Amino acid sequence: MDAPIVVEQLHKSFGSTHALDGLDLRAEQGEVHGFLGPNGSGKSTTIRVLLGLLRPDAGRAVLLGGDPWRDAATLHRHLAYVPGDVALWPGLSGGEVIDLIGRLRGGLDETRRAELLRDFELDATKKSRTYSKGNRQKVALVAALASRADLLILDEPTNGLDPLMAEVFQTWIRRVKDEGHTVLLSSHILAEVEALCDRVSIIRAGATVQSGTLADLRHLTTTTVIAETVRPADGLAGVTGVSDLERTDGRVTFQVDTKHLDGAVAHLSSLGIRSLISHPPTLEELFLTQYGDRLPEHAGSGQPGADSDQSGAVSDRSGADSDQAGADPGQQRGVEGGRP
Amino acid sequence: MSGLIGTGQLVRLFLRLDRVHLPLWIVGIVGIVAASASAVQGLYTTPELRAGYAATVTNSPAAIAMSGPPQALDTVGGITLFEINLTAAVGVSLMAIFLTVRHTRAEEEAGRTELLRAGVLGRHAPLAAALIVVGGASLLVGLLLAASLTGLGLPASGSMLFGSSMACLGVVFCAVTAVAAQLTEHARAALGMSVAVLGVAWALRSLGDVRESALTWASPVGWVQAVHAFGAERWWPLLLPVATAVGLTAVAVELTRRRDVGAGLVPPRPGPARASHLLSSVPGLALRQQRSSLLWWSVGLFLAGLAFGSFGEEVTTMLEDNPELGELLGGGGDDLVAGYFGLILLILVLIVACFTVSSVQRLRSEEAAARAELVLATRTPRASWQLGWLGVTAVGTVLVTLATGVGVAVADTLVSGSAERFGELLAATAAYLPAIAVIGGLAAALHGWAPRLSLLVWVVLAGCFVVGWLGDLLEIPEAVRNLSPFNLTPRMPLESMDWGVALSLSVLAGLLLALAVLGFRRRDVGVA
Ligand SMILES: Nc1ncnc2c1ncn2[C@@H]1O[C@H](COP(=O)(O)OP(=O)(O)OP(=O)(O)O)[C@@H](O)[C@H]1O
Ligand SMILES: [Mg+2]
Repeated sequence: MDAPIVVEQLHKSFGSTHALDGLDLRAEQGEVHGFLGPNGSGKSTTIRVLLGLLRPDAGRAVLLGGDPWRDAATLHRHLAYVPGDVALWPGLSGGEVIDLIGRLRGGLDETRRAELLRDFELDATKKSRTYSKGNRQKVALVAALASRADLLILDEPTNGLDPLMAEVFQTWIRRVKDEGHTVLLSSHILAEVEALCDRVSIIRAGATVQSGTLADLRHLTTTTVIAETVRPADGLAGVTGVSDLERTDGRVTFQVDTKHLDGAVAHLSSLGIRSLISHPPTLEELFLTQYGDRLPEHAGSGQPGADSDQSGAVSDRSGADSDQAGADPGQQRGVEGGRP
Repeated sequence: MSGLIGTGQLVRLFLRLDRVHLPLWIVGIVGIVAASASAVQGLYTTPELRAGYAATVTNSPAAIAMSGPPQALDTVGGITLFEINLTAAVGVSLMAIFLTVRHTRAEEEAGRTELLRAGVLGRHAPLAAALIVVGGASLLVGLLLAASLTGLGLPASGSMLFGSSMACLGVVFCAVTAVAAQLTEHARAALGMSVAVLGVAWALRSLGDVRESALTWASPVGWVQAVHAFGAERWWPLLLPVATAVGLTAVAVELTRRRDVGAGLVPPRPGPARASHLLSSVPGLALRQQRSSLLWWSVGLFLAGLAFGSFGEEVTTMLEDNPELGELLGGGGDDLVAGYFGLILLILVLIVACFTVSSVQRLRSEEAAARAELVLATRTPRASWQLGWLGVTAVGTVLVTLATGVGVAVADTLVSGSAERFGELLAATAAYLPAIAVIGGLAAALHGWAPRLSLLVWVVLAGCFVVGWLGDLLEIPEAVRNLSPFNLTPRMPLESMDWGVALSLSVLAGLLLALAVLGFRRRDVGVA
């Protein structure tokens, strides 16, 4: 079978808003695919097209081998969905909502339901209107995870969960993945994406800017270099890939496209290096670069895996540092604001 | 008064949000009332004609029950008032109720009040702003009514008095609704409670006026009609609604102080941990969501049926006392009774249609609240979701219609002591089902194709009321009247059942339903 989610050149407008502007997305069977982008970039819109709730204006969307618009009801047997903003029926208890959604989908796994209620510490007897945002989200998560569906489509499923519950969520997603199911995970929480996702797609203003593994993406961005040199660091501005040059008495700070790092370091060494600090982009920098206006010049061409060959060499050099950056627990921070 | 900070900003916000609603209500009410009033002018030019009119309605409990106390009927102004009372008073009250709910509980239920209050808004600002906007709208309606009556050449003092009384009525119901909005967590329930208060107020006034008892004074509608515009003209009864409005506002403020944002006064109880068998399908869900409102509508309309059904026999009694009246009105006694029932049944089924429309429009609120997508992301096809809800609407409509018919028939049986008309009255009510189905079908088709235009169906329903209740007065041409499915339906028991019409209307309703399904299949979900 083809990949469970294939989206090509998708377009969707709401009146004058061009919400999707040639979006590409591909999630392979059995992977957890991160779906990232600033607010209003079109993540929820893409998901709603995949669910057959919105009809695309142009482009191709294939869900589990079928047409999400035409075959919605039959395809939905195999998927479970958690909306970004969970609204429940105020008069029903959480347990009732879970059962209702489960039955409408065609049954749920009773043992799992019980396990999930326990793990998420959810009181199923409370009326939906009395649940907090996080608890409403848990209700939708329990309903989705108890379904044992082949494909989970989750729209910012943890944005109301506390860190402990976010941890429980991660454990369950790993379990679902181990069972061979596919997960599309839209999220603003980078640590979560890093911890869970095999591959990510970053979108911006309705179009995909990057897609690939996190390691792939790192090579497509800039490295920060801080150096002190014997001779004044002139001529650096002329080196390919160098930007944001700043000089403060003998010290020079600049950004360099990771694939041109070699050239920049060679130039510095010709000036006589006294000290050199370089660090690969932290995850946050990575996303801020993609979300913000400072796009590297090769961004936008970002077809899945496009540049991975040429950046292979760089990968080794910055590998150690990048792992460190990724493991930094302080990174559990949203980037909702994007770059001003 | 830090509790009122930000009221001004909120008032501006509400006015902007209401830029369609407010003009629609105001122009609608004033337009219909002014048109009716203008139709009366020139009809009763001589004292003899006015005496004839007075003799007719003074002896008609039905007319008094519907319109108000017969007073100053020897003047054109008095006759005008008698003709426009129902429309004006119910219009103003409903406007006040709907707009107040819209800006208090509905906002809070949607969570927007929370956002506002987290800003620089005082605790009482939302309530105060709602009262200002709705009170202002009521005053404006009163003023415009006064101006249009004066414009028609009626005495200015009486016109002003009538306009003020309608404004006061609006203010009272604004305050009633403000209290109801504090008592419950749901906009719908607040709406239901307030409309029920209006229904009870109207029934008390009807009973009081028909039986000439003091019961009238227990009703805000009775108070504002007690000013006797164009007659004795007294202003003091208006102190009652004003004082009541102030008192109720104080109660609402006190209740606001005592509860949390978003909560009602009654703490919620826990529910079951597992769903019953009922909650396994869309109809089950729809029924669960609507069962309490279904119950209230049935009970309310059953009681309304009882109240208005009990007057039928008085028509007979009156004719026995006054045989020449029957001749004057042309037609025998039985025809008059049948005519009375035809008229009240028409009004009652129009109210049933309001239930149907609001039930159909739950599709839209499910969609707007993003609950529809939870269901549509399961293996439920769109048509099943839609038809599942509409099926419950259909069954509910039949139940509410039957409750209404049974209410009327039971009251008539009790009062007249014979069950002779029981079956007839029930059949007469049920005969309107195809007409109601057409309106429900229209609501569904609008939801299917253009959810943003859903409001239109209420305009159509108001049109059905106008041609049904004011058609004669406004001399609306037959062809236009027959655009209303309620007008096409024979007014049994006076007229006889017309199966052809019933069949055509049913087919039309079916077509509208098919159109609804077709439209909903083609459009985006969640853009409502
Ligand atoms: N029903 C709608 N009508 C009009 N515009 C819409 C509608 N739905 C989405 N949009 C617009 O489409 C764009 C994409 O919105 P979308 O909800 O897909 O963003 P998102 O990536 O999910 O953002 P967030 O991270 O805030 O959830 C936005 O500009 C939004 O305003
Ligand atoms: Mg979103």
